[in-house]
Amino acid sequence: MKTIEVPALARVEGEGGLYIGLKDDQVVEIRLDIYEPPRFFEGFLVGRFLQEVPDITARICGICPVAYQMSSVTALENALDVDVSPKVYALRRLMYCGEYIESHALHIYLLQAPDLLGQPSALDLAAIAPEVVKNALRMKKIGNDVLKAIGGRSIHPVNTCVGGFYRWPNAISLKALLPELEWGMEAAKETVQWSLTLPYPDLEIDYEFVAIHHPEEYGIMQGDVYSSKGYKTSVADYEMRYFEEHVQHSNALHGHTVNGGTYLVGPLARLNLNHSQLFPAAQKILKDTKLDLPLKNPYKSLIARAVELVHFYEEAIQLTKAYSPEGPAHANLTLKAGQGCGMSEAPRGLLYHRYKIDELGMIKFAKIVPPTAQNLPRIEADLFVLAPKLVKMEQEAATITAEHLVRSYDPCISCATHFLKLKIKELGHT
Amino acid sequence: MTFIPKTSTKPKVAVYKFSSCDGCQLSILNLENELLDLASTVDIAYFLEVTRAVKPGPYDVGIVEGSVTTPHEAERIIEVRSECKFLISLGTCATAGGIQALRNFAKADVYAKTVYAHPEFLHFLETSTPISAHAPVDLEIWGCPVNKDTVVEVIAALLQNRRPNFPPSPVCLECKRRGIVCVAVAQGFPCLGPVVHGGCGALCPASGRGCYGCFGPSSAGNFNALVACMMPRDRYPNETANLLRSFSSHAPAFRAAADAALKTPKRKETK
Repeated sequence: MKTIEVPALARVEGEGGLYIGLKDDQVVEIRLDIYEPPRFFEGFLVGRFLQEVPDITARICGICPVAYQMSSVTALENALDVDVSPKVYALRRLMYCGEYIESHALHIYLLQAPDLLGQPSALDLAAIAPEVVKNALRMKKIGNDVLKAIGGRSIHPVNTCVGGFYRWPNAISLKALLPELEWGMEAAKETVQWSLTLPYPDLEIDYEFVAIHHPEEYGIMQGDVYSSKGYKTSVADYEMRYFEEHVQHSNALHGHTVNGGTYLVGPLARLNLNHSQLFPAAQKILKDTKLDLPLKNPYKSLIARAVELVHFYEEAIQLTKAYSPEGPAHANLTLKAGQGCGMSEAPRGLLYHRYKIDELGMIKFAKIVPPTAQNLPRIEADLFVLAPKLVKMEQEAATITAEHLVRSYDPCISCATHFLKLKIKELGHT
Repeated sequence: MTFIPKTSTKPKVAVYKFSSCDGCQLSILNLENELLDLASTVDIAYFLEVTRAVKPGPYDVGIVEGSVTTPHEAERIIEVRSECKFLISLGTCATAGGIQALRNFAKADVYAKTVYAHPEFLHFLETSTPISAHAPVDLEIWGCPVNKDTVVEVIAALLQNRRPNFPPSPVCLECKRRGIVCVAVAQGFPCLGPVVHGGCGALCPASGRGCYGCFGPSSAGNFNALVACMMPRDRYPNETANLLRSFSSHAPAFRAAADAALKTPKRKETK
């Protein structure tokens, strides 16, 4: 019996471990142990006022607080039948651009690239390629600067409220970021070129890709949920199709490796389903890569992130130039009892929220489905596919390979913890 | 204070994660302009979010993010303390228990049943508590998340063997210094600024809203006066108590003030 054990996964957000038991080239046991402690957000949201929700849910994840804020406010606005103004919507998208830029730059260069380049960290990478890491940090900083200009700070910004923003951000400080944004877009294009030169392991998986799709914009905050299997689901019906399938499939995972009905959310899904909605420079660079879509290699989600990085810089430039605050920064809310759901695309995938509120606007029920919870069954299924290769490797190489696969998903274990589970799968011996 | 022995080798720094959102560790990674200098000044010996390379302890400085919420964490913090010469609590989870300390005011198993299909799989403590409840801490940095400039100041101070220069005054004074019109006086918004530890730069009042207390209690705050002043203006049930029971809820001053607010008889419609 050979085992691959990674007691603590490095360079992921949150804490998890990995255990793979192999016998005669066969996986007999796989566990993705999520020992990140539960924090019970959906429990303590009950009894809070709706306007407290975006401040609280931001704390689910320090890397993607904007995603939590946006899914929360969208759900609560749906519950109150509130439409936000086009200017508010545009500013929300700009804020989301900032989060995509910081999160993708972090993942591409600091979390995943060290694996592809055989380094333990980006700090070691900086010793051999200082310019690459310096540019990466500069790119990441620009995303954080956008968040700071709009939300006061980049982690847990304070300006988001149900209905819009507490205050319009200062146009001068925002527009002052344009030269850096322009630089960032060129750096992002170079990132795409560089991403094509990296040595990705061979692994092609016939995923069911699932992402928000909108015919007129790169779907991150409004639209329907599209699946590469041809389904289209409205936000309101999301739990009917995905949550139940999700639970069912994680039970049905026994004995299945692929085609078990698991699905993939995140940059690969978005790029494959929504590449026609990318901004022109991102479209062009994607075309120039001559990549065949759909991309099915999980490691190549790095390329998808790089292309998205170009898109979000490009969109951020356009939105920053067009920014002209006028009218109220937030809609007036008329409280009433009801229920609403909302979703948005966190950098690592679809994030769904549903709330019930009473006539005073107090939360009666909260449900949050984070992206990594949706991807966990898929990660485990991928590890099954990878297993025959792992068994032929030395322990250290196998460990790094398995870890790399998990990291390529950009799993946010802090977010997904409420999906906490410990699974031991016995496939039987052959 | 002498924190770091003057030797020719770089001080070894370890960064640990307990129950948290990762945001305070990310504040270190968000030191984009300083990160590479930092990495060349100190030896980042243990920091899983950044590197899979782990150097064995003991460490000169340990930085802990997150609160203690599981039996395993309660054991682990003792080990962490024993391998670090100088231990820093980083952020409001580590200094006060964080947002997850809201379980301390309810039954944790009720929450567990609300959220999880199989609560029997979980191992958790009834309470979320700060690091200092389990082991002696040498320095506490407040903030949800911490201000990254404060992190730089602390590391610089440690390297120079001097006391770190922390903002001495509450958010209220940061607001005055920035020339922000008082949101409580001018607009009647509930604001914890007078009793909350400074360090954020008065972000919320600058965004046209009241302070919600994510930097924890200031040492000189008059909580009784503030609660008495805020409660009649509650815009929804228990607004004042909710504000106090959020990100720094387990901090003793906030606990006492929230209890007082909840015990105070409600006035009739005051709008």
